[in-house]
Order: sequence, then C-alpha cells, then structure tokens
Amino acid sequence: METTEKSTLKGGEFLIRESDSASVFIPEEWNEEQRMIAQSAQDFLDAEVHPNLDRIDKMEPGLMHSLLTKAGELGLMGVSVPEEYGGFGKDFNTSMLVAEVAGAGFSFAVALSAHTGIGTLPILYYGNEAQKQKYIPKLTTGEWKAAYCLTEPSSGSDANSGKTRAKLSADGKHYVINGQKMWITNGGFADVYTVFAKIDDDENLSAFIVERNFPGLSLNEEEKKMGIKGSSTVQVFFNDCEVPVENLLSERQNGFKIAVNILNIGRIKLAAAAIGGCKQCISTAVNYANEREQFGRSISKYGAIRHKLAEMAIRTFASETATYRIGQNIDDAFDALVAGGMEPSKAKLKSVEQFAVECAMLKVHGSETLDYVVDEGVQVYGGMGYSAEAPMDRAYRDARINRIFEGTNEINRMLTVDMMLKRAMKGELDLMGPATAVAAELMSIPDFGDQDDSPFAAEKRTIANFKKAVLMVAGAAVQKLMMTLAKEQEILMNIADMMIELYVSESVILRAEKISHKFGDAEAALKTDMAKVYLNDAADRIHIAGKNALNAFTEGDEQRMMLMGLRRFTKVAPLNTKELRQRIALKMIEENKYCF
Amino acid sequence: MKILVCISQVPDTTSKIAFTDNNTRFNEDKVQFIVNPYDEWYALVRALELKESLGGTVTIITVGPLAVEPIIRKALAIGADDAVRIDMDPQDAFSTAKSIADYARGKGFELILAGKETIDFNGSEVGGMIAGLLDLPFISLASKLDISNGSAVAEIDIEGGVEVTTSPLPCVISAAKGMAEARIPNMRGIMAARTKNIEVISSDVAPLVQVKAFTLPAPKSAVKLIDPSNMDQLVELLHSEAKVI
Repeated sequence: METTEKSTLKGGEFLIRESDSASVFIPEEWNEEQRMIAQSAQDFLDAEVHPNLDRIDKMEPGLMHSLLTKAGELGLMGVSVPEEYGGFGKDFNTSMLVAEVAGAGFSFAVALSAHTGIGTLPILYYGNEAQKQKYIPKLTTGEWKAAYCLTEPSSGSDANSGKTRAKLSADGKHYVINGQKMWITNGGFADVYTVFAKIDDDENLSAFIVERNFPGLSLNEEEKKMGIKGSSTVQVFFNDCEVPVENLLSERQNGFKIAVNILNIGRIKLAAAAIGGCKQCISTAVNYANEREQFGRSISKYGAIRHKLAEMAIRTFASETATYRIGQNIDDAFDALVAGGMEPSKAKLKSVEQFAVECAMLKVHGSETLDYVVDEGVQVYGGMGYSAEAPMDRAYRDARINRIFEGTNEINRMLTVDMMLKRAMKGELDLMGPATAVAAELMSIPDFGDQDDSPFAAEKRTIANFKKAVLMVAGAAVQKLMMTLAKEQEILMNIADMMIELYVSESVILRAEKISHKFGDAEAALKTDMAKVYLNDAADRIHIAGKNALNAFTEGDEQRMMLMGLRRFTKVAPLNTKELRQRIALKMIEENKYCF
Repeated sequence: MKILVCISQVPDTTSKIAFTDNNTRFNEDKVQFIVNPYDEWYALVRALELKESLGGTVTIITVGPLAVEPIIRKALAIGADDAVRIDMDPQDAFSTAKSIADYARGKGFELILAGKETIDFNGSEVGGMIAGLLDLPFISLASKLDISNGSAVAEIDIEGGVEVTTSPLPCVISAAKGMAEARIPNMRGIMAARTKNIEVISSDVAPLVQVKAFTLPAPKSAVKLIDPSNMDQLVELLHSEAKVI
C-alpha cells in the first residue's frame, strides 16, 4: 500500500535501516515544469553545443565564453540560486536534472558545472550579504564566469597542504597572496576565483574571493589534456596579489571546511552529469548497432552486442536511481532544517553534509558507470570506435577525468568508510549494535521457513542480507584492526565497494517497486528486469569484495565461519539474466535509443 | 499590435505511427507531443518579435482537450501573454478553423498567424479557412513578415525567386521556414508560464470530414546495387524489373 508519509533516512542510515519505496523519489515523478526545464537545457545543447564540438575542442577563442554567456541568459546558471540573488529558487534535485542534461555536453558540461558548482557555490553558501549581493547576480546571469583554485602542483588529494600564503598588508586593507594553483577549470577566462590559501602560518586554509583584475594575478598557457580539450584548464599565479580584506570568505581558517562541503555537492552533481553522458553514449551505440551490418544483418541482432547494450543501460539506470534518491533526501533534509528555523544557505550545506557518505559513493559509482559505458560504446563501434572521426573517441577520452576530479575515486572510497565509522564513533549512527547482531546470527541456524512471496519480497530479503554482509565485514574489520584500519586502504576500498553496491541495488529495487505500485506492472516490467539483473550481479560483486577484505585480516575457524556467512548473505536465487538482458536490449533497439 | 497565434499539438517526429479504433484514430499511447514546429518556431516567435518592436499582446489559441495544456504552457514559456483553449477533440480542419474564427471574431486581432501546416496531417487548411470564415485577406507560406505603414508585408519563396505581397490589416498569414528562428524557453519564461491565464471555452462546431480508415504506406522494398561498370545490366533491369523504360 502506498503512503504519502515520508520516512526519509538520515545520512548513512541506509546501512542499518530499511527504506520504504513510497518514501524515495524516482525520476518517473519529474513534474511538467522540471521536464520543461530539462528540455530547454537539451534544446540548448542540441542547438549550440553539439554542432560545435570540434570548434569547442580546438579552443576557438571566445567560443566557450560565449556559450556560457548564452547558457546564463537562458537561466541555466541560476536554477537553484535563491531568487533574491537573481536565480530561480528551484530545489536541489531540479538543479541535478539540469546537470544531467548538460552532462552530455562534453567540455561544455565541465565548464558549466565548474561555474555553477565550485565557482558559484562557495560565495553563495559562505559569502556575507555584501559579497553575495556583489557577485552572485552576475554569476547567475553568466555575465561573470567563475573558477575555483584549490589544487597546487604539490597539493592534490592532500588539499590542506597547499603552499599558497596570504599576509595582511601593513595598512590592514589587503591580504597579499603568493603562490601557484593548477588544474583550474575555467581559469583562462574566469572573472572571479575562489582561492584557498593559508594566512601566515595557520594550520588550516582560508578562502578568498579574487577578481581577475586584482593586481598580481596571472595565468599560464592552457594545459594540453587527454580529454575535455575544450575546457579551459590553466595554472594561476599569485605574485603579491592584493585582495581587499572584505574579500575573505567566511572566517579565517574555515577554508578547508568550505572546500570539503562544496566538494560534497560537486560529487553528487558529477554523478548526475555522468548519467547524462551515459544516456547519450548508449543512444549513440544503439543507433550504430542498428545501422552497422555484418554477416548480412545489423549487429544489434547479435547476443554479444545486446548483452553490452543492456548492461550499459542497467548500470546507468541504477546509478540514476541512487543519484536522485540522494538528491531528494538532501531536499527533504533542507526543508526540515529550514522549517526548524535554520538560515537557508546554512541549511543547504548541512543537508548536503548529512548525505556526504552517499555523495561520495555515487561520485564513484557514476564516474565508473560512465567509464564502463564509454568503453563498451567504443567496443560496439568496433574499428570505428577507435577512429577519431567517430563519436566514441571524444566520449571515451572526456569521460576519464571524472574518476579523478572532485576527489579521486580512491579518496572517495576511503572517505565513504571513514565518514561512516566517524559517525558511529560519535554515536550518530548505531553500527555496532546491528553488527553484533549479525555476528550472533552467524552462530545460529538460518531460518528458511514462512517466507513472504509477494512481489519484491525476495529482492528485499536479498538487500537485507547485503546489509548484513557489509555490517559483518566492516564490524569485524573495526574490531580486529582497531586504530590501524584507517591505514588499511585495500580493506577500506573493499568495504566501500560493498557499501556502494548495497546502496545502488537497494535504490534500484525500490524504484522498480514504486513504479509497479504507482504506474502498474506493465510500466514496471522492463525496469524490474533491470533492477533484478543489477541485484543479481551486485551479489557477486559484494561477495568478492567481502571475501578479499575478510581474507586480509581473519584466519582459521573464524575465517571459515565468516566466509560462510558472507556466502549466505550474498546468495540469490538463480536468474536467467541472458533472457532479461535480451528483453532490455530489444526495447532499446526498437526505440533506437536509451529509453528508460 | 494585438496578435493571435494558432498552435497545434503534434507527435514528436521520432514517434512510432500506429492506429486504433479499427484504423480510424491515431494511437496516442506513449507518444511524445510537441508544439507543431511551424506554429512554434516561425509563427509564434515572429509574433513575439513584432510585439517586442511594436508593442501589443500575443495570445495563443489551440483546439484540444485538457491533455494539450503542456504544449500551451510551452508556448507561454516561450513568451506568449495568454492562451485560449477550445475544449474540443479536433476532428478536421473545418471544425478547428470555425471554432477559432468564432472565438476571434470581434476581438480586434490585427494579425492572426498560423504555421503553414501541421507536421502530422499536413493539411495546410486551417489558416486559409479562418481567413475565409472571417472574411479577411490571407497570405500563405510567408517566409518573411514585417509590418509597415499599417500593412503586412510578406515574402513568399517561389520557384526561382521571391514574391513580395502586402495586405492591409487585419489579415491571416501562414508561416513557413525562415520567418523567424526558434527560441528556447528560458527559466524565467518557464516559471512565468504557470501564472499566465489559459481561458477555456467550448465549441459545438461539428466536423465535416469523417475518417474512414488510415493505412501505413507499404514498406520500402530492398535496393539493388549495380556495379557502375555494368550499365547494360542496369538498363535491362530498368526495363524488365522496374518497368520504367
């Protein structure tokens, strides 16, 4: 039975609590206005970006700048900026939807998301009223372009170790910044840079709003890159760069926190953008498979190709599901905080921070799904896939950066586990109780009697078991390794992989269930197939990650018992995935595009 | 200047065409509908440009049930001021044109614009019928339109040249490719569309046309490729198989 009551989970709680499908948002529920906004973004891409991809990648002077200006005029830079700063005040998930559509825009997608995300948000969320009034309206209309300067030649993942320094001038009117930043997206043409630097010998970074024409700021040549060649990426130098004291953003030494929180938003937006790239790549591949003939028939008639097309779609569908589930969780948390009296920009940060674990997980899943999809896209194209004249070349090269920026996927995997465990230690999340219960269950005889056989009941039992698998492995790792766990990166990554697969498979099962409740079984049929195949394969992925982790720190009887438990918790009923994938592929072949 | 733009809902160009009710109705199941491109890209956008340079209002009108309102809101998002929906299932060009003419009569519209045709039934009839029913001048297939000294000046692409036609106002003009450039609805327009008025009126005009049946064209037969060096075979096949020579 469907209820409208929301029982939204808190961040990280997915590991220990069940979710009700009525409480999750699914993309089938986009309203007419959201669809119209997405269509405008799509029309813009079709009219201005896709016909000009070669010119963009050749960095034709002024082209990217003018595209961003036009996107700003259309309103695409202010979707979720509050109306008092010239934006349109839409919720977070709507801005994610625009990020998804724009995500099919190759270099343009990167330029737009850098501007609207890391470029604009530090000022929007941490600026004082005067700073917001001065900068946000211009950034929202696209009159000014923005960039974000955190990374340095010797400071990448270890962001707080940067060498750039700021000193207060003798007259107390300016901070004088010296240092060098690199990989600065939009750096070549930005008007405003959020620059991170330590004041004097501070332990932590501070953040500054630096305008391009402040004295002492200079740029290097454009970097030569593997992909996203049309995206401006430069080094930015600060030689006694004078920044008025009123341009200190937030408080002294608050910069690292700003950087981390802005990256949380960037991560989940990246997941949304990756979905857009995936869908476009799949449509291109399906169309090619339908047109390319070998041995007298189109290659879309062959099972090997159908398997690829279906699997590309299944992973994309699953990633999309989890991404917007988080987007809605963030919106719901935001609404609750604002209703409780919190100031909106604080509430936005707090709501994203609550779901930082999920944001990091989906950054990994989204970018790796995209890389999987473009790789198979090249393969479907065969020899033409390797041609720089055919569309898969750009898709393949441009996708690669997503596993690196906004925190490498390795950093994000470690953060996933680290943040979860910190919450448990702070008492925000009771992981030890459920983990102990699972450990006790290992000793008991499994209960197979009296099982619910209603639709999705078996899949939900599987999800509940996945949770036990994660809790067992993570719980044992904490207990055995104690303080050294933080240094056991391989084990942390195994646990992160388990958590990611659990979260995404739970999301996709809930989506299929909700579609079936809300729109009927016929509407849900193929999407249920996709959910089931994903769940089936996730079981093996969780099993192998768990096994590798357990074998690294257990031995003897305990090891045998845990491996047996892991097998029990990742057991699924036999499923003819070949038949399901055939159905999924066939639908796309008929529609000649990604159609879910 | 008070302008009325007639818009119609049509299936997206990638839609699968199928029929129901004993092949007498287009099957709308799962079909994505859009604003007819000739209505939207040319007629509506040119109307908005004229309003922007001369002042006035742009009202859009469509004939259709409640389900067509998304395309009305799209047109409002692009910039029309308000909308009229004649609550009726459009059966033929006459009932559509007559319903629109009945509404427009006496309202003081100085210009009525329509697309040159819809991309589904391609009848090219509604604009001319509205003009006939209202006893107004009609210029069809205009690819350029200006208002000068109280007259409409239209250009029509003709074989090997351009025909320039003027008409006193009010008049009815059907828009062809070239009259304007498509506009993408911006965020402000999309949000404003929700608050703009859609007046719903009824009509009891009966259709004159009755659809007996639709049939799909026969599938194209396979193409036979002849080597360019083998012209004799080509001639032989054109004679014996294609029977065109």
